[in-house]
Amino acid sequence: MTTERLPERLRVRYTKSGRIRYTSQRDNARAWERALRRARLPIAYSEGFNPRPLLAFSLALPTGCESGAEYTDLRFAIPGESSSGPVVSPDATKEDALAIGHLLDSLLPEGLEVVTAAAIGEDRTSLQEQVTSCSWIVEVTGMTEAELVERVEALLVADSVPIERERKGRRVTDDLRPSIQSLGVDGGGSSPGTLRLSAELATKPRGVRPAELLRGISPNLRLVRANRRAQWIDSDGTRLEPLTSDGRLLGAAAPMAADSGR
Amino acid sequence: MNSLFEKIEPLLFAVEKPARYVGGEMGAQYPSHEPGMVSWLLAYPDTYEIGLPNQGLQILYEILNENPGALAERTYAPWTDMETAMRAEGIPLFSVENHVAAHDFDLIAFNLSAELTFTNVLNMLDLGGIPVRTADRGGTDTVVLVGGHCTYNPEPMADFVDAVVLGDGEEVVTEITAVVGEWLAYPAEQRHRAELHRALAGIPGVYVPCLYAPVFDGVRQVGLEILDPAAPAVVEKRTVADLGEWPYPKSQLVPLTEVVHDRLNVEVFRGCTRGCRFCQAGMITRPVRERPAAQVADMVANGLERTGYDEVALTSLSTADFSGIEDIVSGIVNDPRNDGRVSVSLPSLRVDAFTVSTAASIGSVRRTGLTFAPEGGTWRMRRVINKLITDDDLYAAVDAAFSQGWRRVKLYFLIGLPTEEDADVLGIARLGARCVEIGKRYHQNVTVTASVGGFVPKAQTPFQWHGQDSKEELERKVAMLRQEARLTRGLQIRWHEPAATVAEGILSRGDRRLGAVIESVWRQGGVFQEWSEHFDLERFTTALDEAGLDLDALTTRTRDEGEVLPWDHLSAGLHPDFLWGEYLDAIAEVGVEDCRWTPCYDCGACTTFGIEHVVASNQAPAGGSQGTGQGLDLSPTPVALSARPA
Repeated sequence: MTTERLPERLRVRYTKSGRIRYTSQRDNARAWERALRRARLPIAYSEGFNPRPLLAFSLALPTGCESGAEYTDLRFAIPGESSSGPVVSPDATKEDALAIGHLLDSLLPEGLEVVTAAAIGEDRTSLQEQVTSCSWIVEVTGMTEAELVERVEALLVADSVPIERERKGRRVTDDLRPSIQSLGVDGGGSSPGTLRLSAELATKPRGVRPAELLRGISPNLRLVRANRRAQWIDSDGTRLEPLTSDGRLLGAAAPMAADSGR
Repeated sequence: MNSLFEKIEPLLFAVEKPARYVGGEMGAQYPSHEPGMVSWLLAYPDTYEIGLPNQGLQILYEILNENPGALAERTYAPWTDMETAMRAEGIPLFSVENHVAAHDFDLIAFNLSAELTFTNVLNMLDLGGIPVRTADRGGTDTVVLVGGHCTYNPEPMADFVDAVVLGDGEEVVTEITAVVGEWLAYPAEQRHRAELHRALAGIPGVYVPCLYAPVFDGVRQVGLEILDPAAPAVVEKRTVADLGEWPYPKSQLVPLTEVVHDRLNVEVFRGCTRGCRFCQAGMITRPVRERPAAQVADMVANGLERTGYDEVALTSLSTADFSGIEDIVSGIVNDPRNDGRVSVSLPSLRVDAFTVSTAASIGSVRRTGLTFAPEGGTWRMRRVINKLITDDDLYAAVDAAFSQGWRRVKLYFLIGLPTEEDADVLGIARLGARCVEIGKRYHQNVTVTASVGGFVPKAQTPFQWHGQDSKEELERKVAMLRQEARLTRGLQIRWHEPAATVAEGILSRGDRRLGAVIESVWRQGGVFQEWSEHFDLERFTTALDEAGLDLDALTTRTRDEGEVLPWDHLSAGLHPDFLWGEYLDAIAEVGVEDCRWTPCYDCGACTTFGIEHVVASNQAPAGGSQGTGQGLDLSPTPVALSARPA
């Protein structure tokens, strides 16, 4: 599937699973850059000494975690005259946006799969700032289900849950409790001997990694799998996804996007 | 075929950089281990990030997987955290593709590029469930091979390997596959390792150490006994005559995680006849064999298209010498498909053979630092090592670089070279200071970094007889140089740890008795010795004491002309009298020209193998004053520039 017309800005929703989940966020960005070059799409570059392609990711996914809801925003360059291939056009449709999503899907490494893509409007705050919470499924070993339920209940009634972590090379103590919006034990995990937790964790003032959550629950827990199921934007008390799996833009500049996508 | 992945996976959350252990690279192959196929595990004895880009292993990986009778996977040294976790869980060394245990492969073949990785080879064998010593392996144990530049003196590793491959591997791997396949066809109880060794020794370029016994008298080796009629008196290296027939790698691996040299790499020629006397690579890879320019252009265009990389390195030992290099570079930079976003890096450039315009066109994408390698601090020193760059060649190059907008220049030097005097060492600071001065004509702030390594004499070079500097002498010279460099703002000195230079020297020209030393260093916990955080010279000196060997005899002692050298029975084609003559010329400060463009001086590399240089042009490239017979006086125009450091 190819297209001749590009929106100036495109939001892509994708998943990360399989072996590639052991790569870092930086590696993820590099895989995207290579795919964009192979696609010969006119990605815009930053100015300056060391120009970088303009693609912006949502909250960094910790190395080793899977995700069903990753996002990146791409910006394409207004073409020069010599440009062959697709060009930025105000007439780009919803189908054009999806076609680019399909093209990128075919060029990304196995394990990074594009779910959908849609044009977005101009000058929004970055995705990273908009996202307010993430839903996680975390699989663990190290205690019985009853023990885990007990620990989780204790944590939920606690006033504070201090954990030590490293920030800019220094040990600091942070309180996890305000970031834990919900937490529950969901029985057995996908492999024998594991237990499943589901959690919704706020991203402000600081994101919480699954490994940090486990440290807050009990030092005996060992992380086996973690999957980010969703990233949420809180809009007047309603939780919205930046781009739903079926391609609806809710959290971002929905009206503008609706205009350009038809 | 048993995949260990289910056992490995639970470890991956807890280790640094888990992507090192999962494979998944673009271009990776997942061969099915069918009975009757000879399975190779290609191994690099350092981390994934260092080993993955190795072009030699990638070439052999493709050639073996194209062979219907063979298959190949890859492995690298697990970092210490992963090794600890693997040993605790009883997980052996595994391939990164199918996660098959090392001991389930028929062969494991290591690339040996650096002496300080030798202990990692032992550790990987042990972790892989393969007996570390050849003598302890039987009919069902994995066959252990080594190749790469360190094999021109493989004696320190002789006790641990079944066979050593000298020279280019493209052809010989197919012959080894056939021989090993035949041996494996015997029922296991009838398989005798001695028969395999004899059969391997019959392949040209393959050295089987256990068929030879060195004879020692005191600190010296005095002879070599051949134990089996199947073993040739001299093993000659293998040489691929025409690189154009081997357009590999065709599908360069693109890793999921960042590695060194993370870019498209296209080898433009093999071999070098510049004749730098300290340089082992330049001596052992002769003659020069250029890849046809059209093939280079295709490999670059296809490679960029396939991988999506935005950088391509044209690799060789001296890329500016490639016939028509400027056309190739401008072809890449100006290819409309690259949209002005692809940069070209030219590792290993000389200081005197490139036009300013070409370098500037390369630099149009990204301007990081420029690197030149004068190697010696004075013109006298550079005549000794036959790196015939004058001071003014360097200044002209540096002037051009600064005038084109670069602000950082890096200069590579060696200290501890034969005949070196303090004036030669101080010359490094003098050159550096002058370069800073030149830079200040163009910019307010410039940085010139002089990177100084201690010289380690290598086998099969004119300096193979020469005693290297002691640790104390190298430390004295570094201190003296740093003191002098403090006088110049903008001049930085970086230096290689002298203790590591000593350890490298122990192994580089050691004899077979060093096997016990390597094993002891490994058993003391000495892995990743090329990583400063893990290196400790004391393990080596302890091991030498245990083995009754003398550090100075191995490192600082200058060998006699007639002395038996541990690698005398191995040949890169170079006549011993050529090497000795070059050593005498070095001491007499006499240079020798590059035989690509001047008549043959019979080093032996061509005549021994009945091949010759393959070059598209018999004219020296613009600015190629060094060793070309164009005169060592200064011509003002030609300037050498490398766009980015390797």
